[in-house]
Amino acid sequence: MAPVSLTYQRYSTKPAQWWIGAALRGLVDASGIPHSGFDGLSLASFTLGPDPAIAMTQHFGMTTRWVDSLAMGGASGIAAIRRAARALEAGDVDIVACIAADTNYTDTFRQLLAGFTRFSQDAVYPHGAGGANASFAHLTNAYMDRYGVTRADFGRVCVAQRQNALHNPRAIMKKPLALEEYLSARPIVDPLGLFDCVMPVAGAEAFLLMRGDTMRKHGLKGARLLASIERHNAFPEDPVQYRGGWALDVDELYGMAGVAPGDIDVVQTYDDYPVIVMMQFEDLGFCAKGESAAFVADNDLTIGGSFPHNTTGGQLSAGQAGAAGGHLGIVETIRQVTGTAASTQVEGARLGLASGFGMINYDRGLASGAVIFAGEDL
Amino acid sequence: MIMTDQNSLLAQMTLALAGGKIRVIDLTQTLEPGTPTIVMPPELGQSWPVRIETISRYDGGGPGWYWNNISFGEHTGTHLDAPIHWITGRYLPHNSVDTMPPDLMLAPACVIDCVAESARDADFLVTVDFVQAWEARHGRIPARSWVLLRTDWSLKRGAAYANLDETGAHTPGPDAELMHWLVEERDVLGFGTETIGTDAGQGGHLDPPYPAHHYLHGAGKYGLQCLARLNELPPTGAILIAAPLKIRDGSGSPLRILALVEG
Amino acid sequence: MSIQRPRPPRKNPLSRTTAPLLPPPGRSRAAHGLTQAAALGQFALHQCPECQTVSYPARDACPKCLCGNLVVTPVPNGGTVLSVTTIQISGEPYFRRLAPARQALIALDCGPTIVAEARPDCQTGMRASASLQLDKAGQPVIYARPENGSPDSDSDPHWRELVADPLHRRCLITDGRNPITLPLAKALLGSGAAKVLIGISERWKPFADAAKLEALGAVELVDLDLADDQSVSAVAADYGARTDILIHNALHLRPGSILAGGELLKARDAMDVSYFGALRLAHHFGPIMRARGADRDNSAAAWVNVLSIFAHLSWPGFAAYSATQAASLSFSQALRAEMRGSGVRVLDVFTGPMEIDWLEHLPPPKVQPSAVAHEIVAALKSGEEERWVGDVAKDFRERFRANPKEIERDLWRQ
Repeated sequence: MAPVSLTYQRYSTKPAQWWIGAALRGLVDASGIPHSGFDGLSLASFTLGPDPAIAMTQHFGMTTRWVDSLAMGGASGIAAIRRAARALEAGDVDIVACIAADTNYTDTFRQLLAGFTRFSQDAVYPHGAGGANASFAHLTNAYMDRYGVTRADFGRVCVAQRQNALHNPRAIMKKPLALEEYLSARPIVDPLGLFDCVMPVAGAEAFLLMRGDTMRKHGLKGARLLASIERHNAFPEDPVQYRGGWALDVDELYGMAGVAPGDIDVVQTYDDYPVIVMMQFEDLGFCAKGESAAFVADNDLTIGGSFPHNTTGGQLSAGQAGAAGGHLGIVETIRQVTGTAASTQVEGARLGLASGFGMINYDRGLASGAVIFAGEDL
Repeated sequence: MIMTDQNSLLAQMTLALAGGKIRVIDLTQTLEPGTPTIVMPPELGQSWPVRIETISRYDGGGPGWYWNNISFGEHTGTHLDAPIHWITGRYLPHNSVDTMPPDLMLAPACVIDCVAESARDADFLVTVDFVQAWEARHGRIPARSWVLLRTDWSLKRGAAYANLDETGAHTPGPDAELMHWLVEERDVLGFGTETIGTDAGQGGHLDPPYPAHHYLHGAGKYGLQCLARLNELPPTGAILIAAPLKIRDGSGSPLRILALVEG
Repeated sequence: MSIQRPRPPRKNPLSRTTAPLLPPPGRSRAAHGLTQAAALGQFALHQCPECQTVSYPARDACPKCLCGNLVVTPVPNGGTVLSVTTIQISGEPYFRRLAPARQALIALDCGPTIVAEARPDCQTGMRASASLQLDKAGQPVIYARPENGSPDSDSDPHWRELVADPLHRRCLITDGRNPITLPLAKALLGSGAAKVLIGISERWKPFADAAKLEALGAVELVDLDLADDQSVSAVAADYGARTDILIHNALHLRPGSILAGGELLKARDAMDVSYFGALRLAHHFGPIMRARGADRDNSAAAWVNVLSIFAHLSWPGFAAYSATQAASLSFSQALRAEMRGSGVRVLDVFTGPMEIDWLEHLPPPKVQPSAVAHEIVAALKSGEEERWVGDVAKDFRERFRANPKEIERDLWRQ
């Protein structure tokens, strides 16, 4: 609840700590609860160094009884929710401020890529220094070969997200994108072009997690967590990644929520590259494996369409604020199912799914997860 | 003001020098890396060639001054051999450069021209007959004088100067009998050449081997090598100033060797 | 890929000399196991001594059985290309200059999937062979080429970055009197070197090979006395900015015991040529070579130190010589550190006793000077940092690594 999204900046002169402070202020403003009332803090950031999460309690004058720190990239938001939910359930904590924030100085992104992980540093980055673009290029190549997918199929996802972004005042991308533009864009890492790649930005996403009774005590309205899944280093035997850990856990996800894929009103997938969006459509049960191209062609993925998806424009059009990239869809899902999404609101959205994907440690993304939120009245 | 006697010998000499009546000729080769030195088989001890290493040259090693460290063997460039250099002179008194009597450092020189013979035959050996023929023209070689062999070899450079092949160096020099005769019959102060040694390049094959070294040093006499500009000296009448460095127990020494010539 | 690189045009004197840039240099300790293999031109990855699993990237324990003693072991280098991509844009200045870069994902026959720099003719589904190379930062990377394609990669600018190919480069051999010089000059010219400059000390001494060297064509003999600072300085003044590969091959080998009186002079003479000679070369050639590490297609590329195996262990009867070699090995390490950042490779070539007159008393096997020459060129062409030439050297290396005391005692018997 109390979804907070700070307006992204292409480059920021402020450090991650500043963005965390701003996000905390946003949570206070949105909830009316002073930050001294937050007794839990869950943080995800790539650029907080040398600070650990606990340093933020003193930095911002908080006394908490629970601190968590997530380093799972785009899966951090999902993992944050799962951990916080268990702690709330157990009574270890009452109100958890879940924040993801990263700054983007002018050279931050290159440094982040150069030292991303040991495997990446040792064995990937020195071979052309393509960063995640190169890793996803291989995934995209293999996926295209395997399922006969074309760049135009990926383009449809990007074009739809750009249309959504035009409704999101916080999105970094402000101009419409035509499929022809997508296809003729400057090549970055073949087959990826400019519009397949997210733009690194500075920003923060945040929300509060609490039990229903706490929420009602404070007179707040929110979304209800119905189900969550998480998996790491799934299918290590796949020569090239063409599916994520969702495929292992999807039945548990819907089983826990007591719903079916078709019941979901709005979906926010993790979208640093369109290929991973397609994998999520399949692995999360919205279409059969390898059928995403047809699924995308047959559906309208815009806010008012048959399959409202990444209604903020997603990272591809709103920007990727480091670790907050995985929180973007969660925060938007909370807004959607609580009817507070304003200009990006999907009419009548009551059930929303957000998924996360993260950490290209070497040749594939390691972490995957998903949550289903429902509106309070559901 | 100190008045000197205008008629003293030194005063007259000073005037002669100033007036150009006595000329000073520098018989010295420039000491520089690349100066050929005597060649010994590589398993034997080796003389150091000339090395000049800069200590500073108005730079970080010394911002306002320039100076070098130099190193070379005692027998490098234009140099003097003292009697102690050779085994035949090892027990003689005053046999090293530091004990060389200073009055011997100024002495007259007889210059024996064998340019044509040396040009014809690099292994040309000067004989007693040859020198006696010279004496017939220029007079008897006085005792306590230098005998210098003019070959114009010092006009050669590098490989031509060393003139080495598989059988060693090929440069002119004295034969054994001549050296014995100069020492015993003429009581010379020493013997000098333009080549790398006082002996001929092939002097090791003579009997005794290296007769110049053998006889000169065995009799307490001196050697001069790598001399230059002997072509500017008269057959007789030149005075040499040959003062080696005062190296303790030194067997030889590079020196700046000057000739005084009248007229 | 069989088209040879054309000879580069003359340099535009109005253009700035391209400054060296480095690829990303970060590596973990474990990854430096591969540095060692790359330096020696081997393809070796971490292998579990218990379950034999080969793992990559470099790990600290076996992912299959958790054994913590992984050993870098030579493994088959063949594999199947899973995907190839062209990186058109990178955030790293080094790769921006060299763009585009080809990168392949390859499933190796020995198990792991690797990411490699790929020769442009590598295609998805193709068989490829991988090699470990040192990049301009001196760090290990993997290069892949088609398994059955041309062995010649020289038209790939990325490959040229990984090696110190003599092709079109100007080479200086510092000791013309060393018996390896004639075959080395031949081998360098045979590999397309633009010119071979050969230093001769004491030109006033006879030099039998002069005519043979001059007959090779693009060879120039210059006065170079490594023991003379002024001589080295003079050659550097004329040729320093045109020396792309410098081969320091000073050979000053004299027998001697450290108990003998004359040994000090011998040691000084030997040091003066080998070690101090190297220092003089470093002083006069090092700065300009370092500055020219990325100077277009015929940049300064390598400095080769021809060393004896007795750099590692003193050779009874050749004490002074061994000391010069040990000092020269130390020099080589220092030079490598000084040259870091320049992209100039420092290659150590270790040889056992050569077939020369000083070593006539030794029984075979001895190394032929021509073998040393060919292996130097081969090591340059494959981008190595260390090569051991000949059977005795290889035997020495293995035994010295296994038990230095054993081989120390064994040398006493000679």
